[in-house]
Amino acid sequence: MHRFKRKLYLLINFKGIMNQYETVFILTPVLSDDQMKETVSKFKTLLTENGAEMLNEELWGLKKLAYPIQKKSTGFYVLFEFKAQPELIKKLETNFRRDEKVIRFQTVKLEKYAIEYAEKRRNKQSNKEA
Amino acid sequence: MAQEVSEIRYLNAPAIDTKRKKYCRFKKSGIKYIDYKDPEFLKKFLNEQGKILPRRITGTSLKYQRRVAQAVKRARQLALLPFVTDLMK
Repeated sequence: MHRFKRKLYLLINFKGIMNQYETVFILTPVLSDDQMKETVSKFKTLLTENGAEMLNEELWGLKKLAYPIQKKSTGFYVLFEFKAQPELIKKLETNFRRDEKVIRFQTVKLEKYAIEYAEKRRNKQSNKEA
Repeated sequence: MAQEVSEIRYLNAPAIDTKRKKYCRFKKSGIKYIDYKDPEFLKKFLNEQGKILPRRITGTSLKYQRRVAQAVKRARQLALLPFVTDLMK
């Protein structure tokens, strides 16, 4: 059964299934502005080079954490929205784990209504900026 | 005369006891996705210690209670909401 599932998974994948994901990660507050931007762009290129399609990128800036993580009470929040193949998430997360500048990360797959909501949110955000 | 007044009061008394019917706010306002990135909204479903309130109190339907719980847990992971606190609000 397992083997069958694996086969099926590969078959679907072969056709290039793309899911929509949303990742929020927190960077240590000790970074300078340039270091922070560099790290963000590093992860962005990792995604785009592996065939992901970036939909949105938000820097929430330095925020207070609700509880201390690694003895830090603030963190730099970054949000990525992108479409990608499922394997890429594993790769992204190993990279998050290896990078000690990242103190927390969470990737969520978006379902139908979540995608709708994300689109609305994005439009609102761009209106605010404009 | 005084007795009459008290009688009327007695007749009206049950009105105090009648409870307003609870409803699911998600069903009513047509919200389909609960965002974990919005801690201010999720705080409506937490008590002072940061625990998730039961359906019995909030009136949320089972379907959306599950999603509220999911969203709260995601927010906690990202330190947007605390796991435990005293006097959150």
